[in-house]
Amino acid sequence: MIEPKNKNKLTFATIEVNAGLKKAITLSRADIIGELKESGMKGRGGAGFPTSVKWNLAAAAKGDKKYVVCNADEGEPGTFKDRLILTDYADLVFEGMTIGGLAVGSEEGIVYLRAEYTYLVAHLEDVLAKRRAAGLLGKNILGKEGFNFDIHLHMGAGAYVCGEETALIESLEGHRGEPRNRPPFPVDTGFNGKPTIVNNVETFAWAAAIYAKGGAWFNGLGTEKSTGLKLFSISGDCEFPGVYEFPMGISVADLLKEVGGSDAKAVQIGGASGHCVPAAEFSRAIAYEDIATGGSIIVFGQDRDLLDIAENFLEFFCEESCGQCTPCRDGNPKLLEGVQLLKKGECSMQYLNDLLSLAETMQLASKCGLGQSSPNAFVSIATHFKAEILGRTGKAMQGGK
Amino acid sequence: MLVTERDRMKDQIYALADQLGRERSSLIPILQEVQKAYSQVSSFAMQVIADALGIHPVEVNSVVSFYSFLHTEPKGRFVLRLCRTISCLMNHTETVAKQLENELGIKFGETTPDGKFSLEYTNCLGMCDQGPALLINDKIYTHVTPDKVHGLIEECRAIFGVHAMQQKEGH
Repeated sequence: MIEPKNKNKLTFATIEVNAGLKKAITLSRADIIGELKESGMKGRGGAGFPTSVKWNLAAAAKGDKKYVVCNADEGEPGTFKDRLILTDYADLVFEGMTIGGLAVGSEEGIVYLRAEYTYLVAHLEDVLAKRRAAGLLGKNILGKEGFNFDIHLHMGAGAYVCGEETALIESLEGHRGEPRNRPPFPVDTGFNGKPTIVNNVETFAWAAAIYAKGGAWFNGLGTEKSTGLKLFSISGDCEFPGVYEFPMGISVADLLKEVGGSDAKAVQIGGASGHCVPAAEFSRAIAYEDIATGGSIIVFGQDRDLLDIAENFLEFFCEESCGQCTPCRDGNPKLLEGVQLLKKGECSMQYLNDLLSLAETMQLASKCGLGQSSPNAFVSIATHFKAEILGRTGKAMQGGK
Repeated sequence: MLVTERDRMKDQIYALADQLGRERSSLIPILQEVQKAYSQVSSFAMQVIADALGIHPVEVNSVVSFYSFLHTEPKGRFVLRLCRTISCLMNHTETVAKQLENELGIKFGETTPDGKFSLEYTNCLGMCDQGPALLINDKIYTHVTPDKVHGLIEECRAIFGVHAMQQKEGH
């Protein structure tokens, strides 16, 4: 397999594997969650829910069985950091899941791995087998009486929406990946109706690092509201694409400098469901309180036609919408049609405003995050680049692709 | 399909249900195994799986139709999935797409008449820093350029030649 190692050193490479787990088994359940609370970590998948709160709710929930689920359905366009973590630091992910099992009182962990990553299965099974052989999974882990936990892989079957946690659970249960209404939340009513924590691959890996180095260490990095470090998947028009680690709160401009993309016209932050940030706003911070992201950064150079980008994303959402709710199912094709009109130069300002109003309805009325966020890229492009997208003459943009 | 072939498939599905469990949560793993063995999940297979798990065949069909990696129609021995997400497109996926069509003599969404190759587009493969990316069955190829396409297809043909008799052979 091809895996160019990024020059940018990741903290994960410096974490002693299993140090966190060894520390966690000496702590009470309340102290395990307390350590995570001190770190201030919010979910690395992008939604930004505090991980300690999720674990605490699942720990408090009543259930004869509980589940720890690792969301490895990395499907957001432009995201590939979980693939790198699973390739190079799978031990940390499994260790984080094991600590999660101890924290919430679960004996079963499931990694929901996207079908596109089937080539990782042999490696992951190998790591799991080694952990079992070393007494890090199975019965009485590390000699701690009654601490039983094991992990198995469950393959996805090609559906972006399954990255949404309730759709993921539906898929695990053998159904179509259609998101559920929330509440009830998975921490209470999750897989097979049992309390379940669903966390991103990166969240589990950081959890292992936090127990190894302490919650205070993590809390001291990043910003007050967005603590710690974060991995970013960087692609597009820059000199050095790849996976990078930065503290939360880094400005877009500083990030672009690091990756050799300073002359960008715009940057798509958060993948297809994220926002297209124009150069005028590159001083903004990448953090939950400003521009939140699961780590997808796509750089657009001066020559790129942003309508091509909006069209690509909307085609993606038209295909990946599960079709359950009307705003998402019917809204995305309508927006796509609008972008195609803009490309032909046949869209009036009034119609553009109608489309923006439809986008707002979708953001408000869609059932899950997919429909709520699918108009984001279109809205930000239509807001920031009006002069560029209106009145097209049908000829390709100067220097355009 | 011959009666004996149907019987064999039925036995195989029941063996899978025994091995993977008859709970609803075993449905997708069973479907994936059946597809691996037969390059499709046929109507007959869906009926048998429904019987084995004690659910309605429509339930099985609704699941198969939902997921893009499950299909009711037969696909080629090699399914080529080219990433069409923006980062790959920015690295000129269209030239790779054209050359794939040229080499295979089919368009996207089609299967070669000899049943060896199917050509499809897919969404983000998570190789955005190394595009264009192409997934051939379970194997990922990155930095694909039009001049490499012929070699990749020849590689598949060579594998097919060696393992033609072993229907389940993965690679």
